[in-house]
Amino acid sequence: MTDLYKFTIAEARSKLRNREITSLELTESCINAVEGSDALNAYCLKTPDLAREQAKKADELLAKGNTQDMCGIPLGIKDLFCTKNVYSQAASKILTDFKPQYESTVTSRLWDQGAVMLGKLNMDEFAMGSSNETSVYGPAVNPWRRDGSKKKLTAGGSSGGSASAVAADLCLGATGTDTGGSIRQPAAFTGIVGLKPTYGRVSRWGIIAFASSLDQAGPMTKTVKDSAIFLNAISGHDIKDSTSAPFVVPNFEAAITGDIKGKKIGIPKEYRLDGMPDEIEKLWKDGAEMLRDSGAEIVDVSLPHTKYALPAYYVLAPAEASSNLARYDGVRFGHRATLKAGEGIDEMYARTRAEGFGDEVKRRVMVGAYVLSAGFYDAYYRRAQRVRTLIKKDFDDVYSTGVDAILTPATPSAAFGLGEMKNKDPIKMYLNDVFTVTVNLAGLPGISIPAGLSSEGLPLGLQLIGRPWEEGEMINIASVLENGAKFNFKPNKWW
Amino acid sequence: MSIDKETARRAAHLARIAVPEEELENLAQELSGIVGFMEQLLEVDVEGVDALTSVSPMALPRRTDVVSDGDQIDKILKNAPDSREGFFAVPKVME
Repeated sequence: MTDLYKFTIAEARSKLRNREITSLELTESCINAVEGSDALNAYCLKTPDLAREQAKKADELLAKGNTQDMCGIPLGIKDLFCTKNVYSQAASKILTDFKPQYESTVTSRLWDQGAVMLGKLNMDEFAMGSSNETSVYGPAVNPWRRDGSKKKLTAGGSSGGSASAVAADLCLGATGTDTGGSIRQPAAFTGIVGLKPTYGRVSRWGIIAFASSLDQAGPMTKTVKDSAIFLNAISGHDIKDSTSAPFVVPNFEAAITGDIKGKKIGIPKEYRLDGMPDEIEKLWKDGAEMLRDSGAEIVDVSLPHTKYALPAYYVLAPAEASSNLARYDGVRFGHRATLKAGEGIDEMYARTRAEGFGDEVKRRVMVGAYVLSAGFYDAYYRRAQRVRTLIKKDFDDVYSTGVDAILTPATPSAAFGLGEMKNKDPIKMYLNDVFTVTVNLAGLPGISIPAGLSSEGLPLGLQLIGRPWEEGEMINIASVLENGAKFNFKPNKWW
Repeated sequence: MSIDKETARRAAHLARIAVPEEELENLAQELSGIVGFMEQLLEVDVEGVDALTSVSPMALPRRTDVVSDGDQIDKILKNAPDSREGFFAVPKVME
């Protein structure tokens, strides 16, 4: 049994429960895989000693008959999650040497179940980016390559390390966070499943904040079933996050029946973009066909304000970021600039932030400060909030006609090459989020499912958007797509 | 609206990010591009539309205003770049 690290969470859970394998064996197998993976730059910090310690504890629990789903399962954790006494840097220079003295609610829940941490995963700095290239650690690399090419491709962003690690079997599952598509886009680029829950389903406490009204953590996994298991482990009300919902969490795994007869699936015409590659169009049509073959009714729907989602997002997210990132001032944690003679606290703030933040973070913080400033607040920020109301209403209107879920492509293209967007206008990079960002603005659940390969042999994903709090239904429909698409491809190991 | 050098300087100051004089022109151009992209929002009729500040279906909960935690000075100061006698230390603010 040498390939334990290739297990899904569901497979490992059953073998652990049946005492066919131990968590320590499984964990050693993963540690070994992680050791050989430096070319992917997925892990920014490896914690093998902690992993072994947690695995031994999990084995004791399992011996006593512990049946919690995540007990003994080795995971990777995005660097945005605060983990007690383990470096948590949000891939930023400004949080160099930051060791939180507390544990995020999401990771606490995982460790309480007996899960194992293999290390922290690479990401875009403060989750701002779509290619993992804004990371202080350098970009995570996609384990997939174009047919016949050795060019390094992006694993997507911001949860690029999480995506790369799951796709390359460097952990059984990983945490991600999604503010405008940061779970779903990297999942699509690497051929894995990425789920963003309804806003409020998962506690944000202890996750380094980017844009608080949009941020939501979720699982990145090898299968749809694993995403259901993982989501159950991290969901639920948390008194420490005032926006976490006091709702009972259903059993998402039990929602997977494969029966979608009579379900109504909406196809939004506004997502058919000019110049969209034919293979994305075909993937989308095939996906709709699979759902129809399983007894769903496919209906055309309209989300008329879709076009304004990206501009609204790029007002609101930087505005919230400029406020959230005000805390990085060189006083309480992280980097502090060395002052020259005669410099005071004002210079300390401005130089600490200039030295500590990367270019994209600086750009967004300044844009945010600008749209919130006197004279522009109403013209930009207030207006964007009003447009957000209209975007949410578009979805409310569609769902009020009895539509159960909406099917779209996950991204407008397959993974692109690292460095390819370097000299382009920042807005070109923002367009990666065109299909995913509406979901955050409306607070809805969304899931990206690998559905096919591009002409160059790269994974392509479809996205399902669910009704609020109906992740179970969404996951069930996703499982039908997963079965229909039969995406059982893995990248060839070159790292 | 295009952003000039002075507006870029003001945005950098509001954000408390030091930007060297010679980079301000370039910053102004970048910000102009982004603000130009945002101006698509001006096409939308928002007359009578309320601003959305939260997608949550419930009002923010309230809690009793009592001390529920504390006495963790060491943990709070653990990551500080400079601390003295149980306080964060910063450069002199007043002469």
